[in-house]
Amino acid sequence: MIQFLVHEKADSVGVATVDIKQGEKVEGLFMDSQEPHTVEARQDIPLGHKIALKDHVPEDTILKYGYDIGKVVADIKVGDHVHVHNLKTKRW
Amino acid sequence: MSEKKVFAYRRENGRVGIRNHVVILPLDDLSNAACEAVANNIKGTKALPHAYGRLQFGEDLMLFFRTMIGIGSNPNVAAVVVIGIEPEWTQLIVDGIAKTGKPVEGFSIERTGDIGTIANASWKAKEYVQWASELKREECDLTEIRVSVKCGESDTTSGLASNPTVGNALEKLVEMGGYCSFGETSEITGAEMICKDRAATPELAEKFMETWNEYNDFINEFKTDDLSGSQPTKGNIRGGLTTIEEKAFGNLQKIGKKINYVEVLKPAEAPTKPGLAYMDTSSAAAEAVTLWAAAGYVAHFFPTGQGNIIGNPIEPVIKLSANPLTVSTMSEHIDYDCSAILRGEMTLDESGDNLIDMLIRTCNGRITAQEALGHEEFVLTKLYRSA
Repeated sequence: MIQFLVHEKADSVGVATVDIKQGEKVEGLFMDSQEPHTVEARQDIPLGHKIALKDHVPEDTILKYGYDIGKVVADIKVGDHVHVHNLKTKRW
Repeated sequence: MSEKKVFAYRRENGRVGIRNHVVILPLDDLSNAACEAVANNIKGTKALPHAYGRLQFGEDLMLFFRTMIGIGSNPNVAAVVVIGIEPEWTQLIVDGIAKTGKPVEGFSIERTGDIGTIANASWKAKEYVQWASELKREECDLTEIRVSVKCGESDTTSGLASNPTVGNALEKLVEMGGYCSFGETSEITGAEMICKDRAATPELAEKFMETWNEYNDFINEFKTDDLSGSQPTKGNIRGGLTTIEEKAFGNLQKIGKKINYVEVLKPAEAPTKPGLAYMDTSSAAAEAVTLWAAAGYVAHFFPTGQGNIIGNPIEPVIKLSANPLTVSTMSEHIDYDCSAILRGEMTLDESGDNLIDMLIRTCNGRITAQEALGHEEFVLTKLYRSA
C-alpha cells in the first residue's frame, strides 16, 4: 500500500496518507502520471503532512498542485517534514 | 433535463425545496425571545434567532434585508411568520417574502408587547404548520435542486480527495443543467489567477478580480500578522496545511477541472441562470452557508478534513471527509466517507457518483448528520458597525 501521494510531477512535496515514521522507506504515487516514487523519511510525518521530495534552501519556492504554495525559510532535505517551521506564505 | 429524479416540494413560484420548514423569523435581535416562544408553543415550527437588525445602514442594511427576505423565500421553507419590534421593517421583510406566493404574515411588538404578540403569532404559526403538514412531495428533476459548496477545517486530505469528489459531482450536476455555487473569497488567495481563468467571459473574470481585490485590500488594512492561525486555521495547520496558497489550491478542487463560472454574485444574491456561480462570501462556514441559503440554494456539499461540524437550520449540509482519523473519531458528523480514495480503492469518478447518490437520498428526505445532531448555525454576515 502507498504511504504518500503527490498531486503533480513538478511538485516538491508529497502528502502522507498514513503516519510515517523516521527512517522508514516509503512508497508514493504521482497522481497525474501514476508513477511510483520512493523516499526515506528523515523525520516522523503525520498523516496529511508533507514530505520533501527535493532539497531546498531558504527563499526557494515549494510547488504543490504544480503551483507556488510559499517560500522556504529553513533548509529542507529530501525526506524532511515540510510545514510551518520551514515553509511560509508569500501573501499577507 | 437530467434523467435523475427526486421527490421534493414544489412551491407556489415553481421552485423546488427538499425540506418543509415553517419558520418564525425575527426581524431583529429584540424579537428573538418572542420567536423562540412561538416556536416553543407550536411544535414543528422553527425560530431563527440572530444578533442583528438594528441601526444597520447603507450596503450592510441592504445585505441584511436581502438575507432575511432570501431565507424566508428559500424553497425549503413552506411558510413564514415574521416578528419585529416595529411594523415598517417587519412589513418590508413580509412583502419581500410574499413575492414567492408562499404564506407569510408579520407581527410587531410595539403597542402590543411580547405576550400579546406571541399569542397572535402562535395562532398564525399553528395554522401554517398544519397546512404545511399536508403538502406532498412530488417528482422533480435533480437539476431543480440548487447546490452550494464550501469546505471547512480542511487539511491535505481535502485537497487530495474530498474536495475533488465535490468537483467531480459539480461537473456532473452542471452538465445536467443544474445550479451550483462556490465562494470563500479570502480562501482563493494564492490561487486567484487560476480562479480568474475559470470565468466564462473576460467580463466575469474582471468582476471576480474586483471582488477578490476588494476583499484582499480589506484584509491587508486590518491584519496584524500573516493571518497564520486564522487563515489557514489552527485546525488546518494541525492537519498538515501550511500556507494560504496551499489551502487555496486545495479549495479550488471543489469546482472540478472542466466547468467555468457563469455569474459573479454578491453575498446572498440569487443566481439568474443555470451553471456554476461564484458568490462573494467569507470563508467562515456558518456565515457562508447562511448566505447561500439566503440566495435560494437548498442543499450544501461540505467536505471537511479535520472535522468541521457546521449545520444550517434550513439548508441541509451534507458532510464528506477523506481523513481516516476524522471518519473514525467523528463518524456521527460525516454523511459520506470517501477515505477509500486515499487507499487507492476508489476513483474520483466513483466518489462523485456516490456523493450525487447521497444528494438524491437527502432530497428524498434522508436526515443529514447535521440535522440529526441539531447543528443549526444561523449566522448573518455584517459588513461594518451599526450606526
